[in-house]
Amino acid sequence: MSIFLNENSKVIVQGLTGSEGTKHATKMLAAGTNIVGGVNARKAGTTVSIGGKELTVFGTVEEAMKETGADVSVIFVPPKFAKDAVIEAIDAAIPLAVVITEGIPVHDSAYFWAHAVAKGNKTRIIGPNCPGIISPGKSNAGIIPADIAGPGKIGLVSKSGTLTYQMMFELKEFGFSTAIGIGGDPIIGTTHIDALEAFEADPETAAIVMIGEIGGDAEERAAAYIKENVTKPVVGYVAGFTAPEGKTMGHAGAIVSGSAGTAAAKKEALEAAGVKVGKTPSETAALMKEIVASL
Amino acid sequence: MDLYEYQAKDLFAAHGVPVLPGKTVDTAEAAESAAAELGTAVVVKAQVKTGGRGKAGGVKLAESPAEAKEKAGAILGMDIKGHTVHQVLVTTASDISEEYYFSFLLDRSNRTFLAMCSAEGGMEIEQLAVERPEALARIPIDAIAGVDKAKADEIVAAGKIPAEVADQASDVIVKLWETFVAEDATLVEVNPLVRDPENTVIALDGKVTLDGNADFRHPQHAELVDERTENALEAKAKAKNLNYVKLEGGSVGIIGNGAGLVMSTLDVVAYAGEKHGGQKPANFLDIGGGASAQVMANGLDVILNDPDVKSVFVNVFGGITACDAVANGIVEALKILGDEASKPLVVRLDGNNVVEGRQILEDANHPLVTQVATMDDAADKAAELAAGA
Repeated sequence: MSIFLNENSKVIVQGLTGSEGTKHATKMLAAGTNIVGGVNARKAGTTVSIGGKELTVFGTVEEAMKETGADVSVIFVPPKFAKDAVIEAIDAAIPLAVVITEGIPVHDSAYFWAHAVAKGNKTRIIGPNCPGIISPGKSNAGIIPADIAGPGKIGLVSKSGTLTYQMMFELKEFGFSTAIGIGGDPIIGTTHIDALEAFEADPETAAIVMIGEIGGDAEERAAAYIKENVTKPVVGYVAGFTAPEGKTMGHAGAIVSGSAGTAAAKKEALEAAGVKVGKTPSETAALMKEIVASL
Repeated sequence: MDLYEYQAKDLFAAHGVPVLPGKTVDTAEAAESAAAELGTAVVVKAQVKTGGRGKAGGVKLAESPAEAKEKAGAILGMDIKGHTVHQVLVTTASDISEEYYFSFLLDRSNRTFLAMCSAEGGMEIEQLAVERPEALARIPIDAIAGVDKAKADEIVAAGKIPAEVADQASDVIVKLWETFVAEDATLVEVNPLVRDPENTVIALDGKVTLDGNADFRHPQHAELVDERTENALEAKAKAKNLNYVKLEGGSVGIIGNGAGLVMSTLDVVAYAGEKHGGQKPANFLDIGGGASAQVMANGLDVILNDPDVKSVFVNVFGGITACDAVANGIVEALKILGDEASKPLVVRLDGNNVVEGRQILEDANHPLVTQVATMDDAADKAAELAAGA
């Protein structure tokens, strides 16, 4: 098994005909993802050829689901139009919407999140501003390079894209059940806790790597959750120990304000919950290697 | 982007929030004429993007234009927590009967917005929240429903704002919500929101943070940027669309791809630096996924022009970006920069097309470039070179 995404997932791409959408749809197809179509209201009814596959462009997510049975949408729509695209996916009640788009105004994210809640959370949202999710050997929904690591028993959840890649690379000899990048924005759909809960329930996941960074209190909350609910071994890493207060480090959410959101506080909370926390990506990988060796 | 008080209050005024008349000036003489124009006793307030101005002596009452000139002269040029005062706001002095606290902000944990309101304003809100949490009402706001008069009444009641001014205060709160939404703010804070002896509710101070992601729908926000207070290197980087933050006291310039990896690189360099006389990272620079030669050149240009930088660590994990493209970018960037490139570069490439990438750098054999295979060893090398420079 795996979490949120598997070999039966049928994927559509909102923004398939844009340059990013086309580029990454090609890579997703090459990784074995079952892409069944795209969505673009202005190009509805047309067909595009991507990676040797003919894909129909539908007018709406609802129509695409009806015609293809799609249950996952990957969204590459530019920031200006992203809110409407996510709302469309929510209104169609697609089970999973992966929002890759970077630079969405936080008022727009707050709005579509409130909309998802009002609609009964029928759609799991991953992101925005995230690299997506990969269940190696089964399906890849987003921009995580499929050739870094193969299938295995480690589950990975991370705020950061490149640290996801780095950690997959460091642990490639073991492989992953699922790796999921939840995004670095202040408001995100799927949290560390959601992923931890799913990994705990997934029989194919034996151990979990959790990567956080400065800003907010998501890691502290995840630590409290782990303490109560997670029986599988968890190894943690937090980036941004040297980040000064008040400076945003690339991700809109990565900012230390006052005493809140520091890497030291997050590390302390995780360790108090029994999570082994590495000081660097390599040390974190080494901790995980010890654990996997003992399983 | 954080705004100055006067900018925040301009936005408030534009959305109908009551503020006192005032003028922002940058000389003592102009402060004198501003006070004369207002024709009342005035308060001269340092315009800096940090708290604690009052305690630092950056807010002074002046009874006459001459006194306003004197006070402005003392405040201008003052250093408040590392921020130089370039401007003062000269504003009508107000008689204050009571001080309240009010803010709208982002509540990340609950993925929505939050209103915070208290009848006990004026003091540091962090202190109030710790010492008397029951005095600070926290009301979640539905991002779709927003704040109408009824919701504002609820907030005012929860904050225990006195009945005589409750209606007025809730009108102000509705207008502050309009400001928050219309301007794409992530913070709107009024501390203090005051009641004067005539029972008028006025925003005496203002703190606003705007969401840079929403700049596309607010072209007018570009005018709010104060280039004077931006670090020269940060301004240069911004002009080239680079995601750069200058870090004080560092000697190792950092370039990487992806915010998380760059943050991690800063940490790894700081740890490695402990063994080399306390070398630290000099900056954060994320060149993003598609690192073209030009982007690499722009990034190196900014970093090599930082006099604090003694060595540079280029740390790239090829995910989407292929390492050979990055390597070509480095080689081209060094050609573009020519003699301006004068500091040693430690390069660590891994991931997509790493073999080709490393080969390109090896073949180029540039005297300034050292390749190191792992992130930890490369950080150590960069710190060592900075220490030896």
